[in-house]
Amino acid sequence: MSKVILRGRKVNGGSAEGEALVTRESLGGFGCFDFDTGKVIDFGHELYGKDVSGKILVFKTGKGSSAWSIAHQALRFVGKSPKAYITKESNPQTALGAVVARVPAVTDFDQDPTEVISTGDWVKVDADRGIVEITKK
Amino acid sequence: MKLAPDEQEMLEGKQGAAKQKAMELLVKYADGLGAERFVDTNNVTIIAGSIPDIKIVQKVVPSLDADEIASKFLLDSDERVVLDKVKAFTTTNATFRDQRYPDLQRGGKAHCDLLQKMVDYLKRVGVIHLATCTPYQAGNVPMKGEHCAWTESSAVAFCNSVLGARTNIEGLHSSFASAVTGKTPLWGMHLDENRLGKVVIDVEIDVELLRDWYLIGYYVGGQVGLDVPIYTNIRKVPDLPRLMGMCAAGIAGGSVVKFHIVGITLEAPTMEAASGNRKGLPVLKYGKKERRIAYEKLNHSDSDKVDIVVLGCPHAGLDRIRVIAGMLEGKKINKNTRLYVTTCHPMKHVADQQGYTEIITKAGGSVWEDSCGLVLAVDPSTVFACDSAKMANYLPGETGSKNTWFGTTEECIQAALTGKWRGELN
Repeated sequence: MSKVILRGRKVNGGSAEGEALVTRESLGGFGCFDFDTGKVIDFGHELYGKDVSGKILVFKTGKGSSAWSIAHQALRFVGKSPKAYITKESNPQTALGAVVARVPAVTDFDQDPTEVISTGDWVKVDADRGIVEITKK
Repeated sequence: MKLAPDEQEMLEGKQGAAKQKAMELLVKYADGLGAERFVDTNNVTIIAGSIPDIKIVQKVVPSLDADEIASKFLLDSDERVVLDKVKAFTTTNATFRDQRYPDLQRGGKAHCDLLQKMVDYLKRVGVIHLATCTPYQAGNVPMKGEHCAWTESSAVAFCNSVLGARTNIEGLHSSFASAVTGKTPLWGMHLDENRLGKVVIDVEIDVELLRDWYLIGYYVGGQVGLDVPIYTNIRKVPDLPRLMGMCAAGIAGGSVVKFHIVGITLEAPTMEAASGNRKGLPVLKYGKKERRIAYEKLNHSDSDKVDIVVLGCPHAGLDRIRVIAGMLEGKKINKNTRLYVTTCHPMKHVADQQGYTEIITKAGGSVWEDSCGLVLAVDPSTVFACDSAKMANYLPGETGSKNTWFGTTEECIQAALTGKWRGELN
């Protein structure tokens, strides 16, 4: 079981651990999730059909509509939030989304997290220190 | 974060609980962005119509009390706070509902009533209800250099790229907090250096039709990530709908919050001005092949029949409504096909007075106010046709229907008249 450490910048504080769900693509908000199942319904997205709830969600950055934060807050309200956001780049959608989803979030790493982390890896996030520890599956 | 004395006062609750909650949220958000301070804003648009489905709202606020809904869904505050008046000039965005047709929109009457309640709340706290994704068409036109806090992706791109005003892509929560406090993080698009182009788009083909402006925006949006693109070799000056199309497509297909068109947009009189004299920028080609890629991505239906035609994304302005009425005058649309033209109530008022609404209605279509084709309640097998890349991009996720045709406005009108899709890209 090899371990990898990534260092980045805190977007929203807190800590979490769980299984990674990774996409190299950017992720939307508006029209992107089924709130009954937590599954991605953005047609044509790499994560289409995947359940984000309880996952350490690793993605490039936020894309699309400014209703991003509403969608991610709504995931919290229905109990389908991811446990943390790990992004290659942060933007207003992901920063505000993390705050209202109330999940730890880290960005701007020394390496591209969407390449280092694979779906199914076990990931520990210490957002306040900007440290992410990955145990490869 | 360095807070000014008035900001510190708000954070400490000396200006009331609502401003305190708003400032707490803005500080966390600004911290997440990496901003060092705030800037004053007196121009905000909020997308309050995008609050989640009534089922989710009711779960969180069983009483459906407007102040509690606003506290939780607009300010992310667990505590119910009562706001007197917003500080900044603030207007509302789509997607509210056309109150005349509750059953045709997702969530039915219950969700229509909820949104009407939010409209009443927003008017009470001093927000002006324009109900449009195109505030610049209906009375909110910020000036070059003005610091804004706008929502609605296509309007954000328009604000930065066409008007030369300054806004990041705000969310419902941050924009409402900005409305309440008159502050927004001094970050991103508010700073000169971030407004310069970082990638050059070498346009090899004529960009002529409205459709072509959507296609180039959509393709480039998918390619440039968070970088500001500089379009070169576009020589024909686009009109308002074409620029609206490019803005909408670039941010639906990607994250383009600002672009330059050399010789055309306000901050790009020359390549040097657009790029800040930076040399050696990466160059991306846009030709026939790239246009075809965007077109294929937007067209996916296994049937050539068309059930619903949606025009007016972003909201149709008076010129589009005039053109659509001209195409439909004296004609009847197919009995199995529905046609919606979406706009906002200020513009619909003019369209009514002008007789355009009557022409479109007589032909069998509907002019909708304050709503959006994306909120139509439909069966997943429904086949849509539209003339907007943004609409085509979001229809599957929003309506559950995977069958969408995208093309010119003329092709969409033909589809409405015949019930069949005959669009093509030459």
